[in-house]
Amino acid sequence: MTKDHKPVVPGWFTTSGEDFSLLGTRCTACGTVFFPRRETFCGNPACSGTEFAEVPLSRRGTVWSYTNAGYRPPAPFVSDPDVEWRPYTIVAVRLEAEGLIVLGQGAPGVGVDDLKVGDTVEIVPGVLYEDDEYVHTTWNVRPVEVRA
Amino acid sequence: MSNDREIVVLGAGMHPWGKWGRNFVEYGVKAAQDALKDAGLAWQDVQFVAGADTIRNGYPGFVAGATFAQALGWTGARISSSYAACASGSHAIASARAQILAGLCDVALVVGADAAPKGFFAPVGGDRPDDPDWVRFHLLGATNPAYFGMYARRRIDLYGASVEDFARVKVKNARNGLANPNARYRKAFTAEDVAASPIVCDPLRLMDICATSDGAAAVVLCSKEFAARHTTDPVRISAVSTVTPTFPSALIELPDIATDSSAAVAPQESSFRASLAHAAYEEAGIGPEDLSLAEVYDLSTALELDWIEDLGICARGEAEKLLRDGATEIGGRIPVNASGGLASFGEAVPAQAIAQVCELTWQLRGEAGARQVPGARVGITANQGLFGHGSSIVVTR
Repeated sequence: MTKDHKPVVPGWFTTSGEDFSLLGTRCTACGTVFFPRRETFCGNPACSGTEFAEVPLSRRGTVWSYTNAGYRPPAPFVSDPDVEWRPYTIVAVRLEAEGLIVLGQGAPGVGVDDLKVGDTVEIVPGVLYEDDEYVHTTWNVRPVEVRA
Repeated sequence: MSNDREIVVLGAGMHPWGKWGRNFVEYGVKAAQDALKDAGLAWQDVQFVAGADTIRNGYPGFVAGATFAQALGWTGARISSSYAACASGSHAIASARAQILAGLCDVALVVGADAAPKGFFAPVGGDRPDDPDWVRFHLLGATNPAYFGMYARRRIDLYGASVEDFARVKVKNARNGLANPNARYRKAFTAEDVAASPIVCDPLRLMDICATSDGAAAVVLCSKEFAARHTTDPVRISAVSTVTPTFPSALIELPDIATDSSAAVAPQESSFRASLAHAAYEEAGIGPEDLSLAEVYDLSTALELDWIEDLGICARGEAEKLLRDGATEIGGRIPVNASGGLASFGEAVPAQAIAQVCELTWQLRGEAGARQVPGARVGITANQGLFGHGSSIVVTR
């Protein structure tokens, strides 16, 4: 039996269709984009907007910076302490159109040597962890061109 | 450089940093008693107690002002308790300063103490997707050092910094810490030691990242009028900056997983860290060229280099050159972290910003022993915590 897929936080990324993207909100008054999404009041101090439209965020961006997790992070990060720790990357991606930087885990197999500040990367579907019931889904970051 | 918004540091005291396995209150009381002794005052002379809170020691930590006041013996003094992450100590100082400058009291005691758990700091318990601190751990496993790693990586990719530069910061700060009786690690480190330690968050290794410690720091603050009865050449706090970032904050900061968007409003040129220092300089009526020394928050070795630029000591991308030239050593043009910094102390969150002021006080009095910066007259502190908290304090003599 295949497990159901469950987004780790509902509403933060698309779950159907071919074009995976993060989902933010845009203030209808000033145009500021929010991720994680805001839906009640605008964070721009000069704006009193209270209405927000859902917007898919750019699927491509550039690497602002990156690092990796050399040690197992503490809870609420989910990992099996009986399985040997394998570092994964964390990538800060600059999305030009939205004018923001968003963090994501590197896709499986992406190491720090595959990345450089300024490289083009894409935001792709990923799996955070699985338990008995669900595959908990998230977003990952992957270089568009693999470095030689 | 004197202004009418200054207050005086009459006394400073600390409990040595370490892993002592005792209650944080015990550390705080020791630091407070030392600060009072240093000031030549009795506990009963204190009219206002400002506690810097810890969130890792239960309710007494949340109401630190009352906790320390009770431990020292209730006197009916007025109190405040401040939590501002790593800037908690500065917020407690800001609270005491406001009382003094408003004329509501003459003498205030500021105390911060912590007993810290080993390893990575983690968020408080429960499933809380509305809390950015929970989100970054659950979704990304983004520990504090992960952010430090990203800042460090930018220095390498943009400015040509090397991991050897980062190690140089550790070697310098460890050497300074050797001469500090309150430091936790009084051990010389070599570049090879740093290189041999495991990667925590690439490019940073274990020896690049500060530990979490137990420790306490306290200062006795008073009005200039009160101080005039005790000393003719007082060490003064000339500025306390605790400004927030401005929207849109364009740098990825702890604990957020994304920055503000600049789709509608262009970000200011100055970063949050730089704006903290800028406000302090403006309030004190000085500039970076006036500094004798700086105590900055070296949560990582590479972050010390960021701070040097945020303080305006040199232009962006030039801190490595300053470091390689020895300018930030004791005896150099602008010594940074003469105390040994977090590299030698480890972080005792609510005590740390107060400890920075203690160090500047001793340096400006010429009482810093083997780590003395010759002729120190003006010092600045800088620190940053989570959720838009940070601080910068100017101390002058």
